[in-house]
Amino acid sequence: MSVMSAMSLRRHAAPVLVPASVGPVEERVATLSALRCGAAGTVTGVVADDPAVAQRLVDLGFVPGTPVETVRRAPLRDPVVYRVAGYEIALRKAQADCIRIAPTA
Amino acid sequence: MSDHCGPAEPAGVAVAGRRRIALVGSPNSGKTTLFNALTGLRAKTGNYPGVTVTRYQGVAETALGPVVLEDLPGTYSLTAISPDERIVAGVLDPADDSQDTPDALILTLDATTLRRSLRLAAQVLRADLPVCVVVTFTDELTRRQGRLDLAALGRALGVPVLAVVGGRRQQLGELRELLGGPATWSRPLVPPPLDAEAVSGWVDSVLASAGYAAPELDARTRRLDAVLLHPVGGTVVFLATMFVFFQTIFTLAAPVQGLIETGFAALGDQVRASIGVDWLAGLLADGVIGGVGGVVVFLPQIALLFVLISLLEGVGYLARAAFLMDRVMARAGLEGRAFVALLSSFACAIPGIMATRTLPSTRDRIATMMGAPLMTCSARLPVYVLLIGLLVPSDARVGPIGAQGLVMFGLYLGGAVSAMLTAWLFSRLGRSAGPALPFYMEMPPYRLPSARSVLLAVYDACRGFLAKVGKIILGTTVVLWLLLNLPAPSDAELARAGVDPADSSAVASYTIDHSLAADVGRAVEPVFEPLGFDWRINVGVLASLSAREVFVATMGQVAAATNPDDPSQALADLRVQDGPRAGEPLFTAPVLAALLVFFLYALQCMSTIAVLRRESGSWRWPAIAFTYLFALAWTMALLARVVVGAVT
Ligand SMILES: Nc1nc2c(ncn2[C@@H]2O[C@H](COP(=O)(O)OP(=O)(O)OP(=O)(O)O)[C@@H](O)[C@H]2O)c(=O)[nH]1
Ligand SMILES: [Mg+2]
Repeated sequence: MSVMSAMSLRRHAAPVLVPASVGPVEERVATLSALRCGAAGTVTGVVADDPAVAQRLVDLGFVPGTPVETVRRAPLRDPVVYRVAGYEIALRKAQADCIRIAPTA
Repeated sequence: MSDHCGPAEPAGVAVAGRRRIALVGSPNSGKTTLFNALTGLRAKTGNYPGVTVTRYQGVAETALGPVVLEDLPGTYSLTAISPDERIVAGVLDPADDSQDTPDALILTLDATTLRRSLRLAAQVLRADLPVCVVVTFTDELTRRQGRLDLAALGRALGVPVLAVVGGRRQQLGELRELLGGPATWSRPLVPPPLDAEAVSGWVDSVLASAGYAAPELDARTRRLDAVLLHPVGGTVVFLATMFVFFQTIFTLAAPVQGLIETGFAALGDQVRASIGVDWLAGLLADGVIGGVGGVVVFLPQIALLFVLISLLEGVGYLARAAFLMDRVMARAGLEGRAFVALLSSFACAIPGIMATRTLPSTRDRIATMMGAPLMTCSARLPVYVLLIGLLVPSDARVGPIGAQGLVMFGLYLGGAVSAMLTAWLFSRLGRSAGPALPFYMEMPPYRLPSARSVLLAVYDACRGFLAKVGKIILGTTVVLWLLLNLPAPSDAELARAGVDPADSSAVASYTIDHSLAADVGRAVEPVFEPLGFDWRINVGVLASLSAREVFVATMGQVAAATNPDDPSQALADLRVQDGPRAGEPLFTAPVLAALLVFFLYALQCMSTIAVLRRESGSWRWPAIAFTYLFALAWTMALLARVVVGAVT
């Protein structure tokens, strides 16, 4: 996926956009924040206005093809703990919105 | 906790001419643990990503003589977004002239988060430096049914790989051997790729060739989180823990405190009896022993506080606290990590202010720094215990709960709430600055801190406290004693005032009342008069600008001079000397409340001011903080006096 390579190049690169045609039509482009608690999915891409943010999310392990699972919501529903790449990490909704996923049935 | 209440910057080691090896790795991957094991130092560790926020140097013995080892903050990526990460990026960047690039790197890889950690490894291996990989947490990997072939990992990475668990001495031999000659380390034939997608492929292939099986879920962590992160259950457990803690500060520590008190009283008597020179006996017994002893008495409370803090840090609760509080902090325009910085300020505002380095946004950092001095630091503890002891009888209860502990809990809570409101205020004022930076918080599994690490943390805190007593407090105390006892009245003067020169305690109180300190205390009376402070309290408050505990020392001196046999009773018996309240008890409930509240808010700590200057980069912020907090302290103290006066 060319998205990832564009991101890793430079912090000041232009905003990265994922092609809308990722995956079959019935699998609408979903983001990590829409995942129910306990549900799992696979990362398909990271999209953020700020390339530094996208780069950081990738460095944290949100790489296309990686399975991700929602573990727990904070009492006030935000942030949410996710399990990815073998460890657990809490993200705010704003960050989870940047992560595109394909839900696992 | 080695940096207890003192600006901690890179430890000075003779670097010249020696080989320098730096430790890099993800946050919480065990760098500092390894650093401590190799150098024999005691830099702070904890089960929280972001404990180390500064460079730390030490000397490690190797097979071929000593090398300088450098501990660095943890980072998820060499593309830095926060000041602590910029330190790492700067050290590794050969183009950065402000710091010398090290000769070699030790890269720590947490075996339980290997898939993520290898992405950092790919970046580090591209730096043109010899790298040696130390795999940590292999004990936990095995416990959680994971698998990793170290030799194969070494072949796949193309660099030396070995495992060290928790810095265990018996595993360090081979590493010391290696550290002797980085020039001989194998280097990867082809450096790992740069492109993010290619890195993923590289990580996959490395993991496959190393026969890596990721660890299973940590069942213990899941069960604990189900309770501790539960909206209701978690809050109840947290508050209950705090409650029990503040009770123990009084009940558990009091007997030990009594022992120390008796010891110092006996010592004072001994000195008075055995030294013939009056003024010297006075200086030693009242000034040094009365003042310094008055502060040392609170050692048990300090020790207890640090047991609690180091347990919270070692177990892995801090990351949870950040997670739980993030939404609340978002209201204040801040984030969960800012809460952890505030939480660290329970020990001392200085590590708290330093911890703001983990925050990517400048505005968040300044706002958090402004709030940190309001958290109840360990220096306030002696002041609070002393004043609460005067305010509330030790057997007073509210239901089953000791009232003293309750008041203490209230003060801690008041400090925390005020800190958050202050942070909110300053984050509002600084609204415009900077883009929204990402919030993420790794949640490490719960881990049992070793008894050794807890004991060392407590020991270091106690030693730091005593060192502070020995330096700042002893010094100020002696100066204070001089100010309180000069000028010495002549016999003629005493006769004129109708004081019997043979009655030593009458002479002592006459001397103090007409001392230089009394002049100073009276001079600032217009400022503090509305709060009900008399000149003696004023002197204590002014002196405590150097360090808060000096207030306790001042009161100790005044008390020791008035009634050497029972200093604590002496304080309760003090009377107002002049003005409209003359003759009334000095420490009434409204005045005590005003004093407690004043200490809650006022910024009376030179080291905090110095660190604020360093971390914010200008005198502007410390000046603002001092003025703001003084105004707040005065206003809130007045409010407390009026309210308590109306109630009682
Ligand atoms: N079980 C186990 N625990 C370890 C090991 N190494 C370190 N720890 C613990 O893990 C925690 C983190 O260790 P630190 O040495 O503070 O980690 P760090 O890499 O310096 O972390 P930061 O300074 O936050 O980047 C501490 O509580 C250590 O006691 C290990 O090999 N096995
Ligand atoms: Mg560290």
